[in-house]
Amino acid sequence: MIEFRMPSLGADMEAGFLREWKVKPGDLVKRGDIIAEIETQKGIIDIEVFDEGIVGELMIAVDEKVPVGTLMTHILSAEEATADILPAQRKVETKKMAPATAIKQREEEISIQATAHHLRASPLAKKVAAEKGIDLSKITGSGPDGAIIREDVEKAVTDLIAPGPPTEKTAADNIRMAVAAAMSKSNREVPHYYLQSRVDMSHALSWLAETNKQKSVKDRLLPVVLLIKATAKALIDVPDMNAWWDNGLQRKKDIHIGFVVSLRTGGIIVPGIHDAGKKSLDELMKTLNDIIPRARTLRLKSSELADSTITVTNLGEGAVESIFGIIYPPQVALVGFGGITEEPWAENGMLAVRSVLHISLAADHRATDGNTGSQFLAAIKKHLMQPEQL
Amino acid sequence: MGETTATMKITYREALKQSIRDALHQDERAFLLGEDVGRYGGAFAVSKGLLKEFGPDRIMDVPLSESGFVGAGIGAAVGGMRPIVEVMTINFGLLAFDQIANNAATLLHMSGGQINVPVVIRMGCGIGRQLAAQHSHSWEPLFAHIPGLKVVSVGTHEDARSMLLAALKEPDPVILFEYTAMLNLEGETSTDFQPVDLTHAKIRRVGKDVSIITYGAGVYKSLQAAEALAQAGIGAEVVDLRVLRPLDDKTVMASVSKTHRALIVEEAWQSVSISSEVSARITEQCFYELDAPVRRLGGVEVPIPYPKHLEDGSIPQQEQIVSATKKLLQHD
Repeated sequence: MIEFRMPSLGADMEAGFLREWKVKPGDLVKRGDIIAEIETQKGIIDIEVFDEGIVGELMIAVDEKVPVGTLMTHILSAEEATADILPAQRKVETKKMAPATAIKQREEEISIQATAHHLRASPLAKKVAAEKGIDLSKITGSGPDGAIIREDVEKAVTDLIAPGPPTEKTAADNIRMAVAAAMSKSNREVPHYYLQSRVDMSHALSWLAETNKQKSVKDRLLPVVLLIKATAKALIDVPDMNAWWDNGLQRKKDIHIGFVVSLRTGGIIVPGIHDAGKKSLDELMKTLNDIIPRARTLRLKSSELADSTITVTNLGEGAVESIFGIIYPPQVALVGFGGITEEPWAENGMLAVRSVLHISLAADHRATDGNTGSQFLAAIKKHLMQPEQL
Repeated sequence: MGETTATMKITYREALKQSIRDALHQDERAFLLGEDVGRYGGAFAVSKGLLKEFGPDRIMDVPLSESGFVGAGIGAAVGGMRPIVEVMTINFGLLAFDQIANNAATLLHMSGGQINVPVVIRMGCGIGRQLAAQHSHSWEPLFAHIPGLKVVSVGTHEDARSMLLAALKEPDPVILFEYTAMLNLEGETSTDFQPVDLTHAKIRRVGKDVSIITYGAGVYKSLQAAEALAQAGIGAEVVDLRVLRPLDDKTVMASVSKTHRALIVEEAWQSVSISSEVSARITEQCFYELDAPVRRLGGVEVPIPYPKHLEDGSIPQQEQIVSATKKLLQHD
């Protein structure tokens, strides 16, 4: 029997709302099937299952708020299913509680209600709560005798700003707040260092033009796939950049590149491109064509939001040359690609005009040092110079 | 304070003496009267040598009758002089209580505003010299209770050096409490000393987490406690009340509104005390700034014991101020 719990769809997520079950008890599911839709700040997310088996009792009601880690259902084997699938049976069992235990439980409930009746909060906490519109009855106090003090209220305010329920606010507001919380945390906690380099893209672009000539219009590659692939290959060369910082550097085996997508309503969303290193350029292009429209309509799968190992941002469409970004924790690096523009380029004592790309790196100095960052940028450059091998 | 950099080491006793000398030099109407202040040089040697410098008309020994000589001082003040009356210790002050409460404090009122009483009455007080139950008192609250008096407390060397001079400029009676346990204590004061006022409490140390409000002998203890608390990462603000009547609410409330927590420290018995009053005013005036109940640390409510360890145990000490503050901040 496998427990299916509410997955985290990002380091900053604490809960979501169950909007729909896509399965019912007894359904056979396999890895990758969508079993539920959860509404988060990032929109409605399809929740996938990672195991094969038979769905057990559904333990969460539709529209209920579900904290990350909450048991939602069980995925059962065939034998377990026949023995256990009848939820009615289990309900009878739980009711057969010894009378003494039942009474005790009832008494506990009553005493909790009695104490909850009088709310202990410091005058300042009450004032701040009134100003910020916080319901004190939903806060646990940390002051004397469990009294709510100002700090508790302020914490509640920050918690509210971070993942709160997407009820009245628009999805754009929620995404704005989620970005705000994640970026504030990163800027507060992560000591960033920045490196920048330039690469002559003339060869890569002409190679791309040649390659595209042989493709139908809809299969044509955009320069961005070269950038993603080069980043993925550079991560194989410099694996310390493909990591999370969680009480130390945790290198990640798989390369999942988070790709920043700007939303037209404001805000950004960062879907992950899974196994970017193993995908061919064509496959990467297909993935982007699939994932970007879904990101823009906030229809992403849970696995696409949770497990990126690095972030790539590409502001190439505008006039931006370089990006000095903020890392999305727990990742340890963010690669920024600017626009490809013609620039004077000195080489072999000669001046020429070339298509130049600025690559910048924001990296977590707890995890790596400038030397590692420099090797990483050099690797990206190297791969971009050899597009035929990408 | 900023530009005056030169400081000197001086005892609390010497600072008091220099303030009397300055007072007598500055105003020819000023004179000192009290038991043994002249030939003996003062029971605590505060006025030692002053008889020789100023002569018997201005350093006046008086008979052992507090009611008599305090009354004489009040009369001299009404008559246009600026008497400094020394009452050896506050417990003898009770013998003059009628003169202080019924005459000094009321004459302006009884005369329809015609008669001011510009007398300064200095009293030695405090606990900590093993003088036992009849000679160890913190009776500031008794005097601070009375309208018509200005009551001030000399908690630092700065005030020992300057408060008397400010008191002599007051048109009405000032009761000035000096702390006998601090007489030998050395402290730094500016050589180019600044006049002080008799209206404001003073922030002796700035902090953000808790206000320790105190006066008199509590000031240095609280400052030491604040130093120890700083080691534990707690920023304690020390407010020296200085003026016990009328209280400087503004400074106190500003501090509490900043730190949101208050601990009031005094040596006087806690019931019906300065801390009772300050606590009540905090609740009245800045209730909605409080993030924790106001806490008080006062004297244990017993006659002051003679044995050293019991005497020490009867009043707040630095360690207790530290632990009470931590408790207030839930830091233990």
